[in-house]
Amino acid sequence: MKYVLLFVDDEQFAQELQAMSQTERERAYERVRQWMADNAHVIRGGNKLQGPQTATTVRLGGGEPIVTDGPFVEGKEVVSGYLEIEVEDLDAALRMVRTWPGCPIVEIRPVES
Amino acid sequence: MSSSRELSHGELAHVVREHAGKLAASLMYVTGDFATAEDLVQDAVLAALERWPVDGIPQQPDAWLLTVARRRGIDLLRRQANYRSKLAQLEHLIQPEPDDRLRLIFTCCHPTLSREAQIALTLRVVCGLTTAQIARAFLVRESTVAQRITRAKQKIAAAGIPYRIPDDDELAERLNQVLAVIYLVLNEGYLSTADRVHERDLVDDAEWLASLLHQLMPTQPEVAGLLALIRLHRARDAARFGRDGSLILLKDQDRSLWDREAIQDAIALLSRAARQKRPGPYQLQAAIVACHAEAPTFEETDWEQIVLLYDMLLGLAPSPVTRLHRAIAVRYTSGPRAAMAELDALADALQAYHLYHATRAELLLELGRPDEAQTANRQALALTANPAERAILQERVALS
Repeated sequence: MKYVLLFVDDEQFAQELQAMSQTERERAYERVRQWMADNAHVIRGGNKLQGPQTATTVRLGGGEPIVTDGPFVEGKEVVSGYLEIEVEDLDAALRMVRTWPGCPIVEIRPVES
Repeated sequence: MSSSRELSHGELAHVVREHAGKLAASLMYVTGDFATAEDLVQDAVLAALERWPVDGIPQQPDAWLLTVARRRGIDLLRRQANYRSKLAQLEHLIQPEPDDRLRLIFTCCHPTLSREAQIALTLRVVCGLTTAQIARAFLVRESTVAQRITRAKQKIAAAGIPYRIPDDDELAERLNQVLAVIYLVLNEGYLSTADRVHERDLVDDAEWLASLLHQLMPTQPEVAGLLALIRLHRARDAARFGRDGSLILLKDQDRSLWDREAIQDAIALLSRAARQKRPGPYQLQAAIVACHAEAPTFEETDWEQIVLLYDMLLGLAPSPVTRLHRAIAVRYTSGPRAAMAELDALADALQAYHLYHATRAELLLELGRPDEAQTANRQALALTANPAERAILQERVALS
């Protein structure tokens, strides 16, 4: 089955990352790179996204589309990236996400087939 | 067909329960689709509850249920590609492997389903309860239960929740989910009062589930622990309610009404589990209840041992409610002042819990502070809706 993993950052995580020294940060990135390499055989695509300050939201359906600055949900938690994966079932997706070394929240959503 | 003598409510439920989960496992094997299998079982159960009280329980209840499921299954399977081969499989009941029912249980209690959905699914699929019975037992609307079931089944299919026994490295965590579901069914049944005797006996369902799980996973000490815990409660059931249905507290119970043989059996089961030296919260809770069950009188209860067991339990699973129960035991080892000190530390965490205030009231009374005790009893009364508990608290408020 195909799933999309939505990676979610929160303020605390952003602060922790900021507070890290250069080498600590390098090590953190290295852990993520290693995780990506370990799971490369099931990853079908995905990207890291630029920060929420770069987001634009367009609301349609009520006459003229309304264009606003920022993400569609204003909040302390923001989607920071996504991956499409193909694994056997939800248990396999859960196993993979459990070892994710980056941001503190990951949402697993099955792709509509 | 057997004679059409009057069937008791319980007898009917027991036969349905004995076969519902097996039928679900067989149908799951044939259709490969959880939602379809579940629908067919529920249909067959509803048909049985309608026909059996009139016609009597058939000689082979499993074959009868399969026939009903099959009739409806033909319509459902026709929409699927390889329906002919599946239909052929439906001709004869495939005896499920023991593992199949275990898979069923683990799917119903998958951690990605809400707890309410896990409970409703388990009761429906594994125990053969109807949506209406679940709704009445949990005092929620039938439409609410129906919606929980529908959503859960949709999620199982759409999100790819597997139908399998978890791998060894996940088993402990996943088994905890199953045990938590059975424990909540027990609690719900245990708290319900004597005026609901004509309703579904959830404690009986909890024991049946735990016993099935124990049979399927005989080497898991926590499963045995939970089963022992349930049996220790049931062994003392006859003394819990007065003739008028009022709740009788442990210290006032007539212990000659306790089933000593059942207590000894449960303790033997617990001791066998304990020999594995893998203690867990359910074994420890059962051990605490065993201390009470073994005491010839309330005064002779081994409170020292109970405090010790609570300490171990808190080490494994810290919780303010467990600390409250420990404090009650401390009252008998070290006196009301020491217990009160323990309670004071829990004030913030348990402000909304009626037993916290009820326990406080008892201690305040012993410490010669009746006015404060009265206030605490009133607070407790305002926080519980359980009729049996309310009756006791109302009496206390009136007496002081």
